[in-house]
Amino acid sequence: MWFLEHAWLIPAIPFIAFFIILLGGKRMPGKGAEIGVASMVGSLVFAIGTAYQWINRVPEGEAFVGPVIKTWTWWQAGGTKFAIGSHVDGLSVTLLFVVALISTLVQIYSLEYMRGDRRYTHFYALLTLFSAGMLNMVVAENMIQILLGWEIMGLCSFALIGHWWEDPGNSRSALKAFLTLRTADVGLLVGIAIVYWGSGSFSVEKINEWAMSGTASHSVALWGAVALFIACIGKSGQFPLHTWLPDAMAGPTPVSSLLHSSTMVVAGVYLVARLYPVFFQGFHIANGGVNFICLIGGITIVIAAALAFVQTDIKRVLAYSTVSQLGYMMMGLGVGAWTPAVFHIFTHAFFKACLFLAAGSVSHSGSHHSFDMKKDMGGLARKMPITCATFIVSTLALAGIFPLAGFWSKDAILANAGHNGYTVFMVVGLVGAFMTAGYMTRCVYLTFFGEPRGAAAGHHVAIDETHDAPDAHAALHDTHAAAGHDEPHESNLLITVPLVILATGAALAGLLNAEGFHWEKFTEWVQPRVDEAAAAFPHIVNAPFEWGPAMGSFAIAAIGIAVSFVLCRAFYERRELQGLTARNRFLGMGYRFLVNKYYLDFIYERGVVAAVSGPIARAVYWTNQKLIDGLVNGVARGSRVGGEWVYRNIDQRVVDGAVNGVGLSAEGSGGLLRRVQTGKVQQYGALLFGAAAVGALILVIVV
Amino acid sequence: MLINEFLLLGAFLFCTGVYGVLARRNAVLVLMSIELILNAVNINLVAFSLRNDNVSGQVFALFVIAVAAAEVGVGLAMVLLVYRNRRSVALDELSEMKG
Repeated sequence: MWFLEHAWLIPAIPFIAFFIILLGGKRMPGKGAEIGVASMVGSLVFAIGTAYQWINRVPEGEAFVGPVIKTWTWWQAGGTKFAIGSHVDGLSVTLLFVVALISTLVQIYSLEYMRGDRRYTHFYALLTLFSAGMLNMVVAENMIQILLGWEIMGLCSFALIGHWWEDPGNSRSALKAFLTLRTADVGLLVGIAIVYWGSGSFSVEKINEWAMSGTASHSVALWGAVALFIACIGKSGQFPLHTWLPDAMAGPTPVSSLLHSSTMVVAGVYLVARLYPVFFQGFHIANGGVNFICLIGGITIVIAAALAFVQTDIKRVLAYSTVSQLGYMMMGLGVGAWTPAVFHIFTHAFFKACLFLAAGSVSHSGSHHSFDMKKDMGGLARKMPITCATFIVSTLALAGIFPLAGFWSKDAILANAGHNGYTVFMVVGLVGAFMTAGYMTRCVYLTFFGEPRGAAAGHHVAIDETHDAPDAHAALHDTHAAAGHDEPHESNLLITVPLVILATGAALAGLLNAEGFHWEKFTEWVQPRVDEAAAAFPHIVNAPFEWGPAMGSFAIAAIGIAVSFVLCRAFYERRELQGLTARNRFLGMGYRFLVNKYYLDFIYERGVVAAVSGPIARAVYWTNQKLIDGLVNGVARGSRVGGEWVYRNIDQRVVDGAVNGVGLSAEGSGGLLRRVQTGKVQQYGALLFGAAAVGALILVIVV
Repeated sequence: MLINEFLLLGAFLFCTGVYGVLARRNAVLVLMSIELILNAVNINLVAFSLRNDNVSGQVFALFVIAVAAAEVGVGLAMVLLVYRNRRSVALDELSEMKG
């Protein structure tokens, strides 16, 4: 029980480490990196201890197990207590473990990847604070603490995406991410306020009990859920606010990996899972109708997967893949598949972190800091066997190939969607699975197979010429000089060891909940048990596993891989890489549509921004000139005439008369009273005592 | 217990103090007279404290004594400064504030 009750230490360790790195990092032998890595290892040890004790605490079967909650009063305002503490249950234990593990591996990886960077210490400090923010949010006991972690992450993501701010494109991306998130974060504040108003508490446990109590007003729950979900749309990159997420690739690759696997973007999904009763009741998820969450999730799956097909930047493919996978998680939560969605968070963290780190390894050692698959990659399988193998394992896991991690979690989401009556969304999920298999195969083919191109073929390109790739910029001269590489080669152990660990996780993590083999440990450990007396969680019934449909979705993924591979071989074999879309006019139009990201950025920039600065501004100007100015001029003329009359009569005679009269009388009385001011203290004293005596006399006589 | 004696003593001291404050020219003597006024109040406080069997009056008297000590400290410092500047502590000569 010690670890469960001291779970607050897990975020506290990196939080303290952040200050140590910031204040003294530059003077340390490892420039602060050692503190960062050590703190994450510490957190990981504590997280494993917590997980171990939690597993021991949970009995087999359905018996109720409550969360372990510790609270302290943080501050008090007007009789309202704001607490800080820890809320440990299966969900938070899962996330604690995943976040701590991925953060540790990413920090180890960064030792090599960021070596020689000009803001190395700064980078480690922020990376550590970032993990602290996520861990704090995961372990949070109340909404204020969740908000705290949420905003720490928003701030750190801004700083980390814009880590190489010398390139204006990078700082623009950072700003875009920050502003998009801020827009959505309004929803979180409003949602917290609504839920507090309804339940009278900030505590997660109390809010969930309130939502399940049956006495909660449905409209309060509905609007609270809508507001909170808007925040999640922004944070988790759901349609239509997903546009910041691919641009966030401007940051260093370890940041992308951390952001897009276990922290930050998962925060939105986590919030929905954490306050699931509110959403469950607010959106009537049990009834099987279309609701806000699964609709947004379903749209996100397909549009993001389609976008991933037309990217040439390997990290952007992965970014859209992340968006699409987050869509799966959201859709899972929206259709009542709570446990599969959380399990998908768990498995996705492994393979997505691995994919990003492998992409970073490719650019670090294989393609000369370029992320452009078409220009600078290809044929790297022989040069970088470990990176290639881990990338392929993770790709297969992501695509949902039996028996890797993604197969079990994705299939469970789809099976539950069908089981709970959301047939349409099951089909959407299957289409998404097909597309996932397709674009990931294209990505693997372009990177690791075919003929080497550009930097991968050993052509030296001046770094300045590749400035369209997010990572390539002036600051890279430092790293480049330090790393000193010419030919594509395998990265060193600091990079490959985390890759291998993550790939192993990607391969095996799914077996924790391999329902087909009746291994359902994850469900047993993580799914909240319902206490009949005071329910704090809806009763979830998981769909039974069936081999038929599961193998069907496996077949769809396999066909997707096969079709994509054949097409890639056919089109990308030649040097000039003419793809399908460049040959067919109709598909070309679709390509343009996708390359422009559904014109969403166009709409946001031209529509919202330009409308405000263009026609609307002109219209406002016209109104200003013609209507308001006319009105103002008329009023001005009228008031001038009136003003003159007032000046002559009222101002000069009445007001001035009164003022002068007051002045004169004050002068007169002052002249009289002046004599009293002798300057002699004793006369003042005599007046004082005399007045007091008269006052006392009056008091005695009257009373 | 008769309280009259105490009250009469207090009133006498108070009047003496007021007279001193108003009539003496020497600033030091004025300060001493202020002490008399304060002590007259103290006697009243203690007397009523005894009569009402309530200790807070005595506590308050102690506070008055402490504050009076501080006040005299500040007052004498001011008198000293006045003396340094003017070679005199006669109050009737200090009339720069005359309006």
